[in-house]
Amino acid sequence: MIRIEQATKRYGQTCVVDGVTLTLPAGGVTSIIGPNGAGKSTLLAMICRLLGMDGGAISVGGLDVTKTPGDVLARRLSILRQDNSLTARLTVRDLVAFGRYPHSKGRLTGDDARLIEEALAYLDLKPLADRFLDELSGGQRQRAFVAMVLCQDTEYMMFDEPLNNLDIKHAVTMMRLLRRAADELGKTVVVVLHDINFASCHSDRIVAMQDGRVLCQGTPQEIVRPDILEAIYGTSFVVQEIGGKRIATYFE
Amino acid sequence: MKFASALLILVALAAASMFFGVSDVTLASLSAGDGKTWLVLLDSRIPRTLALIFAGAGMAVSGTIMQMLAQNRFVEPSTAGTVESAGLGILLVMLFAPGLPVYARMLVATFFAIAGTALFLAILRQIPLRSALMVPLVGIMLGGVISAVTTFLAYRFDLLQSMGAWTTGDFSAVLRGRYELLWLSMGLTVAAYFAADRFTVMGMGEAFSSNLGINYRRVVMLGLVIVAMVTACVVVSVGMVPFVGLIVPNVVSMALGDRLRRSLPWVAMLGAGLVLACDIIGRSVIAPFEIPVGTVLGAIGSAFFLYLVLRRNSRAA
Repeated sequence: MIRIEQATKRYGQTCVVDGVTLTLPAGGVTSIIGPNGAGKSTLLAMICRLLGMDGGAISVGGLDVTKTPGDVLARRLSILRQDNSLTARLTVRDLVAFGRYPHSKGRLTGDDARLIEEALAYLDLKPLADRFLDELSGGQRQRAFVAMVLCQDTEYMMFDEPLNNLDIKHAVTMMRLLRRAADELGKTVVVVLHDINFASCHSDRIVAMQDGRVLCQGTPQEIVRPDILEAIYGTSFVVQEIGGKRIATYFE
Repeated sequence: MKFASALLILVALAAASMFFGVSDVTLASLSAGDGKTWLVLLDSRIPRTLALIFAGAGMAVSGTIMQMLAQNRFVEPSTAGTVESAGLGILLVMLFAPGLPVYARMLVATFFAIAGTALFLAILRQIPLRSALMVPLVGIMLGGVISAVTTFLAYRFDLLQSMGAWTTGDFSAVLRGRYELLWLSMGLTVAAYFAADRFTVMGMGEAFSSNLGINYRRVVMLGLVIVAMVTACVVVSVGMVPFVGLIVPNVVSMALGDRLRRSLPWVAMLGAGLVLACDIIGRSVIAPFEIPVGTVLGAIGSAFFLYLVLRRNSRAA
């Protein structure tokens, strides 16, 4: 369970995350949606202790993220950020192997090796395993980083816009993969998404943010409705039910 | 294996360095038990060769760590204010406590090197970096400001001549009893290997490190201390050895990547080999006189730096 109480982050005068109180149950896929600057990424970064808070408290699986030692947290929760630096020139396999660092501290066991190969296979990266990251396309690189997070094999997995740079096939594969991590492995997946239809089709819960606050939350059935989406994004939507899934269009 | 053959070349270079010089040292005279030859070998040639290896390996590994610290390919201790700060420290010791033993001098130089490098990193955090090339430019400017202060002080107190001792790397004065500080530098270089994984992760940035449960600040501090101390040892004992920390890490990174656990042994070995080779060149070009190794490296290094800059720009990274 992720428990967020009055989490606040300010940059100067602007409040990026403004007293968010939110409880996410363990298990399942939760999508966080909202317009640019709503504070989604900031909130996610605070949940994963990458950013300090100016107020409030956050605990993940009962561990206070501001007080628990970093290496303990690294075995419980993992995060993939939007911007990943490429200064260190690593091969795909090297990068994925670093996902095991919190568990093995660099001394890879047979189990680690198996998990690394599995993660590579899951993300279709076997043929690219020995290529350097700076020689890959943006989408291939994105998959490599996701494979690393998968390899970290934590109970809580957070992804900040994991579909960035991915083509349609790999975007769908990625969402199915997150779904499977939740359904088959019992992981708790939290994902920031821009595409509301991916959120609608693949998540159990949707949390909508706006101006640093949680505007509303609920199942896709409850959130993907024209009036609510309009309140979130400030533009008009048409919502249709296709094959039991609610699909929103907003192109006109 | 590749590593073994490279090691063999290093050994050959070291052997060449032992037998090369004004005074003739040959296997024949050694086996004849000639006392003077043995004296030259033990008191001058072996210390010089070891000093070259330690300084080369140390500066190359420091360069790698520095590049991970600054997350930039173009920095090394001599383009980040580290060397100049160490120099300022040495000068202040000369002014205020000329009697200090060499270890204390090294510690003061280390302290200044840490402060200078930390200042460099702090400046990097403050200014918006639009281009990767800004980073070494900032470092070179900072180094320039610091060495201007040093030069001014040296000028006022008639110490300009002594400054030459640490601004240009020169191994000709290395004798037994005057290079032992470099053993400490080598020890630190070896110690860096044990943190190799953490330094690699550090190179991927603070968020990446935190996600893997690595205390970023602590690793940065460890890296800073190793780089500063190695640099201080080298500058105090033989003077500035420029560009090794730039050339070698980049060449190794292009070929092997940056998983430091795999690449650091190569970095150390190639660093030692490069400095050895440059010193042998310096000793042979105008024999029986010598060109300091710092000058030879400066010539080779600046050409390589230009190549690196032009190559990067053409790839539009």
